[in-house]
Amino acid sequence: MSEIDSLHRSLVARVLEGEGQASPEIRRAAFDNEGLAEPLRTFVDKVAHRARMVTDADIGSLKKTGLSEDQIYEIVVCAAIGQATRQLRNALGTLGAATGRD
Amino acid sequence: MRLAILDHGHGIRAKVMFVLIRVFSGHPVVDAVKLAFYRPSFYRAGGLTHEAMRGPSDWSVAERELMAAYVSKMNETEFCIVAHTATSALAYNDAAKVSATLADLETAPLGEELRATLRMLGKLTRENHVSADDIRTVLAAGASEQQIKDALAVAFAFNVTDRLADVFDFAVDDPAAINAGAKYLLERGYR
Repeated sequence: MSEIDSLHRSLVARVLEGEGQASPEIRRAAFDNEGLAEPLRTFVDKVAHRARMVTDADIGSLKKTGLSEDQIYEIVVCAAIGQATRQLRNALGTLGAATGRD
Repeated sequence: MRLAILDHGHGIRAKVMFVLIRVFSGHPVVDAVKLAFYRPSFYRAGGLTHEAMRGPSDWSVAERELMAAYVSKMNETEFCIVAHTATSALAYNDAAKVSATLADLETAPLGEELRATLRMLGKLTRENHVSADDIRTVLAAGASEQQIKDALAVAFAFNVTDRLADVFDFAVDDPAAINAGAKYLLERGYR
């Protein structure tokens, strides 16, 4: 699986910097789960930590703020990849420390 | 699906493909496929998932599908639990092994390196971090450093997919469609 690192890097670059309808700042903040105003702050944290608890009402309240479905889609994708990336980086860093290769 | 664009917002090529899938498979297009073909220039994670699940590794395809099912169980993502339970069971040709693993990892009939790896992936998925002792336990059980990296790639792919399946509210398919999907994933993979 030698290609995983480069595939991961290009996936992250694509969703954060590629063509999209949500601003790069919002996408980065969703990826980092940091620096967002309500109701996005609570929503993105839910995607990161309690995704199965997201409801139709959560999506509805985002639409009421004027966000389009495509913008919500991009924000969710960035939030999911951001959280999984933090998990991956933690585990790879710990693996490096445990094997003396960090 | 919670976003109408994921049901109806695809380009003409994807829509034609969905018709062909419905005609030739005899099953509805599953929500995971609808997501994969929505604005592929933006998300398009199939290449990474395929490499994690089907790329070269000392873990077998059956073992990696079991990791996908186990991570999804930790996330309580029903769509991915049933899809990858079926795919792992088909790859192992042993449904009992997969259901025993999801019921109780500690007593399931697994090699110790796989059991320890699944335990570590479970902790990472639930708590978002692991300790050096957690990693040393996996190494002591017989998994190599590369096998741990390979398992972490599987966990990454499904910690993304599970969140998307939950937030977008993927429908859980009927058993016949789930089994057809499992057969497809073993024959063709994720690209």
